[in-house]
Amino acid sequence: MTPFVSYARKHAGYLVFAVVVMTIPAYLGNGYYLSVLAFMGTRFMVALGLSLLLGQAGQISLGQAAFVGIGAYGAAILTTRLGFDPWLAMALAAMLAAIIAGVVGIPTLKLKGHYLAMATLGVNEIVYILLVQLKGLTNGTDGITGIPSLSIGGLDLGGPKAYHLVVWGVALLMLRFALNLSRSRVGRSLRALRRSEPAAESLGVDTSYRKVQVFMLAAAFASIAGSFDAYYVHYISPDGYTITFSIILVTGVIIGGLGSIWGALWGTLAIVILPELLKRGNEDFINLVFGVLLIAIMIFWQGRTGGIWQSVKAWKSRRGQDGAAPPGVEE
Amino acid sequence: MTFDQFLQYIFSGVTSGSVYALTALGFTLIFNATDIINFSQGQMVMLGGMVAVALHSAGLPLWVCFIGAVAAVVVLTIAFEEVAIRPLIRKGVLAQIIATIGAAFVFETAAMLIWGRDSLTLPAFSGEEPLSVGRATVVPQTLWVVGLTIVIVVALQLFYRKSLFGKAVRACAVNPTAARLQGISYRRVVLFSFALSGAISAAAGVMITPISFMGYSSGALFGLKGFAAATLGGLGNPVGAVVGGFLLGILEALGVGVVSAGYKDAIAFVILLLVLFARPAGLLGARVVNRQ
Repeated sequence: MTPFVSYARKHAGYLVFAVVVMTIPAYLGNGYYLSVLAFMGTRFMVALGLSLLLGQAGQISLGQAAFVGIGAYGAAILTTRLGFDPWLAMALAAMLAAIIAGVVGIPTLKLKGHYLAMATLGVNEIVYILLVQLKGLTNGTDGITGIPSLSIGGLDLGGPKAYHLVVWGVALLMLRFALNLSRSRVGRSLRALRRSEPAAESLGVDTSYRKVQVFMLAAAFASIAGSFDAYYVHYISPDGYTITFSIILVTGVIIGGLGSIWGALWGTLAIVILPELLKRGNEDFINLVFGVLLIAIMIFWQGRTGGIWQSVKAWKSRRGQDGAAPPGVEE
Repeated sequence: MTFDQFLQYIFSGVTSGSVYALTALGFTLIFNATDIINFSQGQMVMLGGMVAVALHSAGLPLWVCFIGAVAAVVVLTIAFEEVAIRPLIRKGVLAQIIATIGAAFVFETAAMLIWGRDSLTLPAFSGEEPLSVGRATVVPQTLWVVGLTIVIVVALQLFYRKSLFGKAVRACAVNPTAARLQGISYRRVVLFSFALSGAISAAAGVMITPISFMGYSSGALFGLKGFAAATLGGLGNPVGAVVGGFLLGILEALGVGVVSAGYKDAIAFVILLLVLFARPAGLLGARVVNRQ
């Protein structure tokens, strides 16, 4: 067997998915659907980071929207005010997001328990307030307009098809990275610490260091997603980066399932498509649905980490037997 | 800042500090019984205020609205515990925390669907005529808020220190297994803690509504600040929760005086992050925070 064939067999799911996603613009000409799909791509980037953090490290961040906002505003301010190259601006914003995540994560992830969740809620609120209040920098609630499109070597990537390919290209790279990470030494140590921190530590895993690393990575992913959105829509305002959006992102990852990185994809589908479906009915209803889903999945989860599909299956076949502990179980 | 202004800021800080203190107590009660950080705590404050407004617009006298709102939130909290928390009791704290996040979403959206997006208010408990203290002024509602908060805190302390069931609740906070071996019903303690936590939060919500209005989305900030207060005082310590609440309220009010009103809501979270950074056990941290 040639190395290529063995690689293809090992990663068949990923390759099929990549080919399907990257060929969509060839047969889908509708700009609106392409935009929704590209939008889904950036949500998927955020979900990937959260999925690593929640599914692999067992920690919740309720502030991912703030990192998306840092990516969007970083890109917008650096390009419109200082004339930076959009790609460079995106990279700098992602670094800033990762640094902020490190500053917040280092003290809170040293503590046992779920302090990160509350600390990130606080960060989200602070970032939102700064976006509204620092009018000289962010234009306050008016937002920033005239953000340039992405381009590669003079080739404009502002159109829906080109943009789709770039967004999903980057998202696929991130997916590959996350899949490799979860199979690597890092991923194994993360899953070990999720099950039992003392046991992981006794085997030489520096648990808080690992968690901080993953949190910083998740922040960078979210920031890159935010930059992409800003370059496509050309306009941003603080309302896109609220705590509510953070919670919806967490909901998506949980609906999709924490057992594997692929759960991030199903979760992204859920949080992009459910609101689209409900728009025809009552838009306000959507958060109620998400809230009920969160509780229901937790109850039917019963120790399984497979998200909504697994939960339904588990609920059908469950009578008395308990599964393995969900992430975060303390003993 | 003149002394009169300073005094005015202190009054306003003590008022919002009362609400933070009671919300922080709500967090503490549930945390001590179950190790859960209840992300829907702020929504209980909000629901207390909203139910009271609804009862008042039905023509009921204020004291009936107060009791009715507290009772309604207690029933809701017990239902929430029975439906969402109880099945998850051995499934890990993370699952329970996520369930409370879901509950926060449900409570908030339900409140919006029932009462709309406007902020609502109640008449003050006893008139609107401001009292003057030096050249600073106080509305009578402030005295109600602070007074009732003190009554609640003292009653809670007496209950914890003097009554047998209060001692059982404390025993469960220290060590649930040992408490069970002594014949204490852990289930009853958990249920009671949720109910009491809901009652205290709802009372805070009713009291503050005449001063600061209440809308479906007000709960999130109350919850965050209550948690910041509980952490500042030392998560798990009821006295710390109250001290942290008043301290946070006063620091926030003075911060408005020194910085700007636009940043008011950010102050609490900067304090929260500083506490987590420098002294995660809080000012009066009785429970040891496990550092890894």
